[in-house]
Amino acid sequence: MTIKLCTETFGMQEPDTLKTYIDNQGYQAWKDIINNQTPKSKVIEKIKDSGLRGKGGAGFLTGLKWSFIPLIDGQKYLVCNSDESEPGTCKDRDILRYNPHAIIEGMLIASYAIGASVGYNYLRGEFMDEQWKIFKQALSDAYKERLIGKNILSSNVTINLHALIGAGAYIVGEETAMLESIEGKRGMPRIKPPFPAIKGLYGKPTIINNTETLASIPKIMLNKSGWYKSLGIDNSEGVKMFCMSGHINNPGNFEVPLGIPFSELLNMAGGILNGKKIKAVIPGGSSVPVVKGDIMMQVNMDYDSISEAGSMLGSGGVIVMDESACMVSVLHRISRFYYSESCGQCTPCREGTGWLYKILTNIVSGHGTQNDLHQLERIATQIEGHCICALGDAAAMPVRSFLKNFWTEFEYYVDKKESMVS
Amino acid sequence: MSQEFKISKELASLIDNVVKKFPSNRKRSAVIESLLILQHDNHGYVTKDIIKALSNYLSVSEIDIYEVATFYTMINVAPVGKNVIAVCNNVSCMLRGSDEILTHIEQKLKIKVGESTSDNKFYLKDEIECLAACNGGPMMQINHKNYENLTLERVDKILEKFDDN
Repeated sequence: MTIKLCTETFGMQEPDTLKTYIDNQGYQAWKDIINNQTPKSKVIEKIKDSGLRGKGGAGFLTGLKWSFIPLIDGQKYLVCNSDESEPGTCKDRDILRYNPHAIIEGMLIASYAIGASVGYNYLRGEFMDEQWKIFKQALSDAYKERLIGKNILSSNVTINLHALIGAGAYIVGEETAMLESIEGKRGMPRIKPPFPAIKGLYGKPTIINNTETLASIPKIMLNKSGWYKSLGIDNSEGVKMFCMSGHINNPGNFEVPLGIPFSELLNMAGGILNGKKIKAVIPGGSSVPVVKGDIMMQVNMDYDSISEAGSMLGSGGVIVMDESACMVSVLHRISRFYYSESCGQCTPCREGTGWLYKILTNIVSGHGTQNDLHQLERIATQIEGHCICALGDAAAMPVRSFLKNFWTEFEYYVDKKESMVS
Repeated sequence: MSQEFKISKELASLIDNVVKKFPSNRKRSAVIESLLILQHDNHGYVTKDIIKALSNYLSVSEIDIYEVATFYTMINVAPVGKNVIAVCNNVSCMLRGSDEILTHIEQKLKIKVGESTSDNKFYLKDEIECLAACNGGPMMQINHKNYENLTLERVDKILEKFDDN
């Protein structure tokens, strides 16, 4: 079963235009709020009731996050995080290019609810040729219709939205690093607390939400209370986009109710390539622990089920590996990424990610020892929980889970100086 | 021939549009996009003179701009080839054969990742980030435009298109 929320306009003729969006009830929720002068607290209450959880990776309750904004007057900001860069994740890029107005409407409603007069959508630099152009066009079209800007639809509400572009840095997807980047600095995460809702962009209260989260808002507001909740299951309310990639026949984005069996999702993606056997799955972007294929086949795609299987739902980037995948090489590749993307601020992450990568490089080049495998575990343990942001944990979790689930394969590589699968 | 770089009227108006997105006392916020604009106008990289000019224009110290220029991988502080190729070889693409694509391009262009061709036509960026097109892997970007579901034959055809420019 597919539910079209963020993906509603996907596959339509000219999916990104204002006309297509409006023909599909677009901006109706926003117009209702403006025309009825809906109290902010009611908007926040409805999002809280929906159970909507952040779709960027952490899965934090969106309505609860909004409610942290101080009720005092003064400048506040909304930031949409379109710095999609968690390896295995490619959903926001499709929302940006096929349904940009859903993001804009979501940003408007969120800005209204938290009392922000300015909102920024920060897109990763690599989106500059396609998604950024489309999103800027959508913004300009919505401005012309007076859906954004000064005195929106002749009301006394003023909200300005802007599109920003990054320049290549995974770490900027971390919310406080993104604030630094918007301030024109290197993307180095800030120590929390204070949380951005209290002290964010330019020191002002700021809410940062993921693209998919914000694009989900209009339909939630448009429908009856309880509708969104009813689509998913307890504690994993609503729907989620899963990006299916790797060894599968039909890679793509699938927006499905939370709680559906992984096996069903795999079927939607055409099953394993060339009829091979499933070996492993990274269910939520490369930061989360890897799960063995046979275990994954029994798991449902919701926060609790995946957590019981020892991993996390994360960003919804599902990387599927068949029996031909060399787990040592895959981990080596993952480690290179985190080593390169560590901002260098915290010693355990800066040094530790380098050690992990160097040791794994040694192993794949045939110079590894048994002791190296234990050393990898020790280093990962020492990074985890010892840094300002989650990048260090994101580097450590794959290492520990790959070793735990595929120890014999690592031992084989060290002993025979070649991969077990090639 | 170190000549002082002057931000042209055209470039200045582009930068002014960036500045306008932010509060009036927050010009520093415009640094990243301004660097991309200036780089685009200068064969894909920024020089110390360009950074100096931007520093004066935005009233942000040179070192603050240089820090940004060297932190973000899409900003180059040294000359690079005219067309920038970035082959995604993160996990999803790797599983679909991106390593073969990358090796093929290296051999075809007779360069290694991180190098530019001797005729300066191509720069093969050492792309480590995932380019967020996992369902189209293997994929690459040339000048930030996506080319997905690559095969070696498709890569050859795509690169040929750049022969006459």
